[in-house]
Parts: sequence; structure tokens; C-alpha cells
Amino acid sequence: MKKQATIMGMPVTVEVVGSGVTAEDIQEVFAYLHYIDKKFSTYKKDSEISQINRGEINNADYSSEMKKVLALCEETKKATDGYFDVNIKGIIDPSGIVKGYAIWQAAQILKKKGYQNFYVEIAGDIQAFGKNEDREDWKVGIQNPFNPKEIVKVLKLSSKGIATSGNYQRGKHILNPKTNLPADEIACISVIGPNVYEADRFATAAFAMGEKGIEFIGRLKGFAGYMIKNNQIAVMTSGFEEYAL
Amino acid sequence: MKKYFQITFVLGVFGILVFLRELKGNDMPVVSIQNANNQNPTPASNTAGATSSSSFSQSTSTAGSYKNGNYVGSVQDAFYGNIQVQVSISNGRITAVTFLQYPNDNRTSQYVNSQADPILAQEAIQAQSSQVNIVSGASASSQAFQASLADALSQAK
Repeated sequence: MKKQATIMGMPVTVEVVGSGVTAEDIQEVFAYLHYIDKKFSTYKKDSEISQINRGEINNADYSSEMKKVLALCEETKKATDGYFDVNIKGIIDPSGIVKGYAIWQAAQILKKKGYQNFYVEIAGDIQAFGKNEDREDWKVGIQNPFNPKEIVKVLKLSSKGIATSGNYQRGKHILNPKTNLPADEIACISVIGPNVYEADRFATAAFAMGEKGIEFIGRLKGFAGYMIKNNQIAVMTSGFEEYAL
Repeated sequence: MKKYFQITFVLGVFGILVFLRELKGNDMPVVSIQNANNQNPTPASNTAGATSSSSFSQSTSTAGSYKNGNYVGSVQDAFYGNIQVQVSISNGRITAVTFLQYPNDNRTSQYVNSQADPILAQEAIQAQSSQVNIVSGASASSQAFQASLADALSQAK
């Protein structure tokens, strides 16, 4: 069963393979994502993060989920040598981590219900478990950053997360925190990791690093990366090929 | 290089612990560091008023001056596993932070290895079969991110 929704201003797809799957269970995933959106959306004025940024909530009164996410942001900042930074000119924006975190938590909802073959995707970032309908690993295409209708790589993934970070289509959206300038040396970088939360945060940081971002991914155990430069040349880590079809 | 990452990791996690402590919340894995062992405390030999039963958090509530001793934090959920640290205080200052527990699996520290020059390969991108279940790309996500960032920057002006 495959269902789609628009949550957090982004397309969300959940597909669960199996005969016992119910629409209610998938709706529960969507409900969780709405809850996350309500808390973390920086462009909802009544969200918790907006209230925090207006100084209306004291540290002590942050919700437990907010504290957890902010702690993860801080940890990621350290782990990426400052290239992942949610604090821009004094305003906290955890968007760069919330998506991966939310997909991962949403996938856990389905896991706990006993589902084994499914994926959760939000706007191109994916957590995949088990097999697809053909009883094969999930086939994931990497979108051509210069032509969104085209796929430039086909991967097979199971029990993995993948996230792609880039500036294309909607303009430049990731800043290099060290320069406060758009990170535009590369078109995009896709990162495969042990889960989508890890893949997402490291993809965001790697993109901000520019061309050396792929080296950063190459040094991470258990991760693989595929970077597409603006000259249409792709650079990949040594572990990437094992996922390629 | 390895040492650098180790130092970065230690500083990073300690940063989180300090960060978590500052949050002072009750309903999440906030680190509440307590005296390790009230039965057999590390003596605070030179500091007047230091007692073995003082908790770390109590002593730090009076800013700046910590009480000497070794203090073990409670075990905290760090998303993929538990973290527990020991803090050593000497002459009122933190002199060491030791990790008694940290997750061995799926942690950034474990991912980062000492490989100096990762092996990279190149290819020209080429259109492939579109017979896939899912597509990974940065197209739609940037919509939210960009709007959010623009909003944040406008507030920051």
C-alpha cells in the first residue's frame, strides 16, 4: 500500500509491502509528521521553534522533543567541524536535521507495528527497510540535478537511509556557515548511511563543504557518497559502487 | 588525524552535556551529573567546605567554583545508545572528562576513521533507466528549507 501526503510543505510518500497493512497505520505516520511540523516549522508562527526564536519560551520549558533535536543539532555541529550549524545570526533553525530525524522516527512507528518491508520518503530523503513488491531491495534513483525528470544512477537499498542535498531547482538554500555564503561549488551530494537521520545530517554538512564534502563522506565508516559537480562529473566514494545497479 | 577526531569527539560530546545541563529540563535525557559514589568518594583534600555528598549539579549552581572530586554522571540516552561521563574537578576547575560509556554502534565517533585520503572515483553522469521505486533528489526539500532560511535571515536583520 502506497500513500502520499504533503506535510511540512514537502511531499511525503509511505509504501508498505504486505497483505496485512492498513491505511490507519500509514495515517498514524502522517499524523506524527504533522505533529513534528507543528513543533519545528520555522514558518509557522505558532510553532514551538518560532516561539523560541521570539524569546517566548524559556529553556526550561522546551518540550522534550525540542531538547532532543537541539542536542542532536549540537552534536552534529561538532561532528562536522562546524559545517552543520543551526544557529544563523542568533536564530535557531533545526530544519537541516528535523527531516531526517522525522523520517527515522516515522519508520520506527511502522517497525513497531511489525512491518518489515517499507520505505518512508520526504522530499527525496528516504529510509528503506526490507524488500519491494518484487522481493528485491528497494530501487532508488538519484535524480539528475540538471534535469529533474531524469535519473543518473540506480541503487539498491535495504535497511539503509539516503539523503540528497543540493541547491538546484529552488535556488540556493544551503549556506556555508563559515562564510555565510551559498555553498554552490557542487550541484548535489547523495549520501547513503546506516539510517536516513545520519545520511541527512552528513549530506547537509558535506554539501556545505563544497568539493571536499565527498572526502568527508569517504572518511565515514558505513557511509557512501555520490557528488555531482556543476560540470556534470560525478565523484563517488569507494563504497558507493556496491549499491549501484 | 585520528587524535584530532578523538579530541573533536570528546569536546563535542562534552559540549552536548553542557548544553543539556543548561536546558535543565526534567522530561528528557538531560544530564544530571551526581556524585559518583557517596560511600567512597574521592576526597576533596584542599578545598574548604567540599563534602563528599555534594552533588555536582548543586555545587555548580553557584557559578564558577566547582568542588573538587570525581563525579560520575547518570547514564543518558543519546539517541543511539547511552552516554555516561565522569568529570574530574581540581582546584575548582574541570580538569578531565572521561567517557565511561558511549555507544559503540552507529555513532559518529565510530564512523570516523583515520583514513587520510579516501579513494574516490569519477564518471560523467548519464541518464539511466527510470524503473525505480523511489527517487532521491534535493528538489522539493529545498522549498521548505529555503523559505525557512529566508525567514530566519529576515528575522536576523
